[in-house]
Amino acid sequence: MGQKEYAGKMVDLDDNGYFTNSSQWSKEIAMELAKENGDELTEKHFEVLEFIRNKVNEGASLTIRSIGKSGIIDIKGFYKLFPGAPLKKATKYAGVSKPSSCV
Amino acid sequence: MKKLVILGAGTGGTIMANKMRKVLDRSEWKITVVDQYKTHYYQPGFLFIPFGMYTRKDVIKPKADFIPIGVNFIYSEINKVDGENNKVLLKDGDTLNYDYLIVATGTKIVPEETPGLKGDLWHKRVFDFYTIEGATALADFFKTWQGGELVLNIADNPIKCPVAPLEFVMFADAFFIERGIRDKVNITFVTPMEGAFTKPRASKMLGNLLKEKNIKVVPDFYLESVDNEKKVIKSYDEKEVPFDCLISIPVHFGDDMIERSVLGDDMNFALTDKFHLNSTKFENIFILGDASNIPTSKAGSVVHFAAEVIFENLMCSIEGRPFTAKFDGHSNCYIETGHGKGALIDFNYDTEPLPGFFPFPGIGPFGLLKETRMNHYGKLLFRWIYWHVLLKGKEMPIPSEMYMAGKKL
Repeated sequence: MGQKEYAGKMVDLDDNGYFTNSSQWSKEIAMELAKENGDELTEKHFEVLEFIRNKVNEGASLTIRSIGKSGIIDIKGFYKLFPGAPLKKATKYAGVSKPSSCV
Repeated sequence: MKKLVILGAGTGGTIMANKMRKVLDRSEWKITVVDQYKTHYYQPGFLFIPFGMYTRKDVIKPKADFIPIGVNFIYSEINKVDGENNKVLLKDGDTLNYDYLIVATGTKIVPEETPGLKGDLWHKRVFDFYTIEGATALADFFKTWQGGELVLNIADNPIKCPVAPLEFVMFADAFFIERGIRDKVNITFVTPMEGAFTKPRASKMLGNLLKEKNIKVVPDFYLESVDNEKKVIKSYDEKEVPFDCLISIPVHFGDDMIERSVLGDDMNFALTDKFHLNSTKFENIFILGDASNIPTSKAGSVVHFAAEVIFENLMCSIEGRPFTAKFDGHSNCYIETGHGKGALIDFNYDTEPLPGFFPFPGIGPFGLLKETRMNHYGKLLFRWIYWHVLLKGKEMPIPSEMYMAGKKL
């Protein structure tokens, strides 16, 4: 657990760098977070991040497959937007807690 | 007459039929169980079949043998649940009314979700071991295989019994050493996760075991397709892993009936209150085991612990009291590590697997998060316990709620 400053605001993060309080999120914070990882966020990125935030707020479990079914993007496109480990990156940038789908 | 209907006569449905028939008065309550299949499979036994340790007959018994007298057993496919009107529609058009419903329809593999997986090589060079057909086909294949690239791939999460793929590769290591051809077999474990297991301390312990056994791990690999001609698996970010024999853990979905009933998520897992274990849509529908979307393992031990919670909450509901039982996500798994040894992990929603002793603090006899012979015997003994104690809903000497005594932080 710790705090870090993004876009002039203090954000609570867990040990793995995920938000512990999703309401602290803003677009500006997401942009700075992404920049830190060498990613530049576009409108398409934000559509995906909004989808993730809505899903998680509904209490739904989140998988790469469910993002592929979102209608916003297919799985291949999701990998292109967030190269490497897309779900990990996207959930971090979306300011939600770590996806619990993998147990 | 009041009615309890149970959908599915696998581990969960069978346990609940036994538990409820014991306490509900026969003159007041009719209990009906519905399942389309007649054979009960001891699914933990599938892992042992490819290596010739068990055969088909070791893992099957008729479902009807475990359904108690006084319970109506219907063999039928289920069309859907009509939660608004407290009705279950069967495939042939029959209708079952209920006061309470328990959905225990499990999960199944869907190899069709991945292009090429169920292609020309299916059950010839590409196998699953989550079905009796896959496990026995693989047993036949291993009898004459002379070695090459043995690749195990997990297509996606969640899967049934998340430790089974790890056990498989460790068994394979031991099996090919005993056959004298381990030097001709390269074993690779390809997973969408970032390591051998998700929970950090168990992942480290299991990751080290794989390293010791010379099993290569390819992490962060999310399966897109299988190329039958080139014999490679491909990920969405265009990585490729070649195989001579592919062991696939395909994508898992809940039953199609969940989709028709609009009770689930996009993988047909029923939306479930993770503490009280009833449907988030209808309070009088309980969801047990693999069919649910609760964030813990899809495994028999979870079903056993969750069944106790559902039993208590169902009785609360019947007697007009608020729910008193709360599920903690308790899971307890024996992990076969080969050569007659095994490990054991015990965890819940909030606490990752920790080292220590189980079930008696400081004594055991089982060691947590370490490799011992006793843990292997525990797993073998479990088959007897499963058929004779667990399915019949009898008391086991392990409480449903996890406890911290005997664990080292």
